[in-house]
Amino acid sequence: MTRKQRRAGFIALGLGIVGIAIGLVLYAMRDNIVFFYSPTEVVEKGIGPGTRFRLGGLVENGSVEHTGPATIKFVVTDLAKSVTVSYTGIVPDLFREGQGVVAEGAIGPEGVFVADSVLAKHDEKYMPPEVAKALKKSGRWEEGQMKQDEGKGAAQ
Amino acid sequence: MIVELGHFALTLALAVAILQMVVPMIGAQRRDSALMAVAAPAALVQFVLIAIAFAALMHAFLTSDFSVALVAKNSHTAKPLIYKIAGVWGNHEGSMVLWVLILSFYGAMVALFGGNLPDALRARVLAVQAVIGVAFLGFILFTSNPFLRLDPAPIEGNGLNPILQDPALAFHPPFLYAGYVGLSMAFSFAIAALIEGRVDASWARWVRPWTLAAWIPLTVGIAMGSWWAYYTLGWGGFWFWDPVENASLMPWLVATALLHSAIVAEKRGVLKSWTILLAIFAFSLSLVGTFLVRSGVLTSVHAFAVDPSRGIAILGILVFFIGGALTLYGWRAPVLKAEGLFAPLSREGALVMNNLLLAAAAAAVFIGTLYPLFLDAMGGPKITVGAPFFNMTFVPLMIPLFCLVPIGPLLKWKRSDLVAASERLMGAGVAAIIVVVAVLAFQTRGPWLAALGMGLAAWLIAGAFFEVAWRIGLFSGNIRESFRRALRLPRASWGMAFAHGGLGIVVAGIVGTTAWRQEVVTALKVGDSAELAGYTLTLEKVGMRNGPNYQALVGVVRVTRDGRDVALMLPEKRSFPVERQEKTEAAIRTTGFADLYIVIGDENGQGAWTLRAYYNNLAPWIWVGGMIMAAGGIVSLTDRRYRIGAPNRARARLAAQPAE
Repeated sequence: MTRKQRRAGFIALGLGIVGIAIGLVLYAMRDNIVFFYSPTEVVEKGIGPGTRFRLGGLVENGSVEHTGPATIKFVVTDLAKSVTVSYTGIVPDLFREGQGVVAEGAIGPEGVFVADSVLAKHDEKYMPPEVAKALKKSGRWEEGQMKQDEGKGAAQ
Repeated sequence: MIVELGHFALTLALAVAILQMVVPMIGAQRRDSALMAVAAPAALVQFVLIAIAFAALMHAFLTSDFSVALVAKNSHTAKPLIYKIAGVWGNHEGSMVLWVLILSFYGAMVALFGGNLPDALRARVLAVQAVIGVAFLGFILFTSNPFLRLDPAPIEGNGLNPILQDPALAFHPPFLYAGYVGLSMAFSFAIAALIEGRVDASWARWVRPWTLAAWIPLTVGIAMGSWWAYYTLGWGGFWFWDPVENASLMPWLVATALLHSAIVAEKRGVLKSWTILLAIFAFSLSLVGTFLVRSGVLTSVHAFAVDPSRGIAILGILVFFIGGALTLYGWRAPVLKAEGLFAPLSREGALVMNNLLLAAAAAAVFIGTLYPLFLDAMGGPKITVGAPFFNMTFVPLMIPLFCLVPIGPLLKWKRSDLVAASERLMGAGVAAIIVVVAVLAFQTRGPWLAALGMGLAAWLIAGAFFEVAWRIGLFSGNIRESFRRALRLPRASWGMAFAHGGLGIVVAGIVGTTAWRQEVVTALKVGDSAELAGYTLTLEKVGMRNGPNYQALVGVVRVTRDGRDVALMLPEKRSFPVERQEKTEAAIRTTGFADLYIVIGDENGQGAWTLRAYYNNLAPWIWVGGMIMAAGGIVSLTDRRYRIGAPNRARARLAAQPAE
């Protein structure tokens, strides 16, 4: 093999691997992206059972109830619309009524959002940015902030 | 007074850094040795000044001086000593001071131990290092001053985020930073080489130990972070493909590629400009990581303060260094000429494959991590790219890489043939096949792919073992001779065997946990039991316990197997009154081959407590393997080749070159 052929071979190999990587990324992008919706968007878009998505909002005060031995039910709201969520397992340490939450899962046959994971990641303002955005979108940001403060007070 | 002294020292450090940035660079361009000689003492002085500033900050935290705004915001008198220390970097400002402290430490190391570097290269490396120092010292002083006072001083502080009050996490940032910032050395060497327009074998030989010195703490830091996530987040998982985790994985992948390409650049004089490019990318990704976790674009325990001006400042620094470095690269890289030729089937060829696969994997992680942020910034929909995406892109790229790992070191430089190599691969191949068959025969549940995964792990571990065994002639029958050869084997070869074998152990751990994990979620009243993986878990009691700065709900779980007592496990849920937060403390009992993992949740309103338990096969191997990889790096770093040999040759060559 000449120097030129060799170089061409390496370039082809490199492009081949880059091509495979791009193919994998595009293929994975098609099926494995999870969208984030606020309760208002869920209602407006009429998202049906079976579609996986992330639901974010505030846990409505007084809505958490134990429905099974390790199952809880709560309402996620953006103060305009709300969605009922059911979850089996241990909620994260930062899960609290009146505070921000993000749940991932799909709407079940009974119309209840069945979450397989519940995240309550947030900064010191007790609000995930997605939730803050959703609240701002629904025009209830100020109110949400106040509710947050109530929630904090209650947690004391 | 001490606080003001620290502030003053930090300001002075910025002045020294500016001097170190300008004077040696001019000296190197003019070949003026007096000006170049400024670099080393300036680097040392800069380090001492930043160390004084750091010590002053540490003093404020240890004495709980709440007149300092940062201490009042992040500390509390009731906090245990170790978290007062960790509190120094458990916040944005303090962690940036730690960042520059480590940066200047590496600079000081070059000043002290870089005596065998050519003067001009050393001056340029330290000058580039100082440019980074100036950018970050300026960033600290102008946007994130840790020494601001409060008047009046509060009586008590706010405390540290409880999630950060954990022994593994307390020392995770220093390790990770030592890795992130350590990659700045490779970056500075790359920029200095581009300015000089010359990359030779000795350059590559200098870059290797510095990259290794960064790779080791980065590996340890990632392993510690993963371990922490495992036992504290309560999900029983070891990696969540969270953007902050990816932020540390990307530089690690590129640094690993750089370690391997630098070998080719050193031994064979090819892949030079690619090596330079990797050095630039490795540090650029460290900066991207710093930006991601510090700018507040992500929400996590790492996003301390969300202040837009800081985010924009870091973004500016990012654009300056990455853009500047790549521009310089585009301009100067064509000057670097490759020397050697090699066939596709050769050790160079294998290392090229290694680099392509690692770089492609880093790119896939990069896209998955930044695409959602990009889409959001463009005003698009909010999306999440989670584990399924990374499993589908990252894993298929890693499998061929892992298959190649034992083969590469057996190939000869320039041109090799598979026959000779395959003879030596026989042992590893047989080991892998035995493991695959054994797993298929004994596994009662879990996917058949798990058998292939375990086979791959065996291939890696046995490959590392047989490579060393062949080199020392372990099977020739003469044990004494083998022992003698083992002692003479270069440390770098031992290091490689440990690193590759450790990787195999990590793979075994990941496959074992992922494929055979067992889980139970239930609610137990006191006296009730649950079954998991042949164990009976009985909730005997639930009580309260007082910690130094928290109150804990403790579940007392009796673990038995076939009526025999195995252990008493105590999962906790701690509440921190000062910070008004809760934190789960999983109870983990390990046999070395599997973990029993129990988390306790809230009372469910009917007198029962939620309990989540996992049985994680081979989970401990993930971190043990990671530590073995890091240990391999340390062994390799002590190789005497890094300390002697190359410099003299380079100096002779430099003297022979006419002045530009």
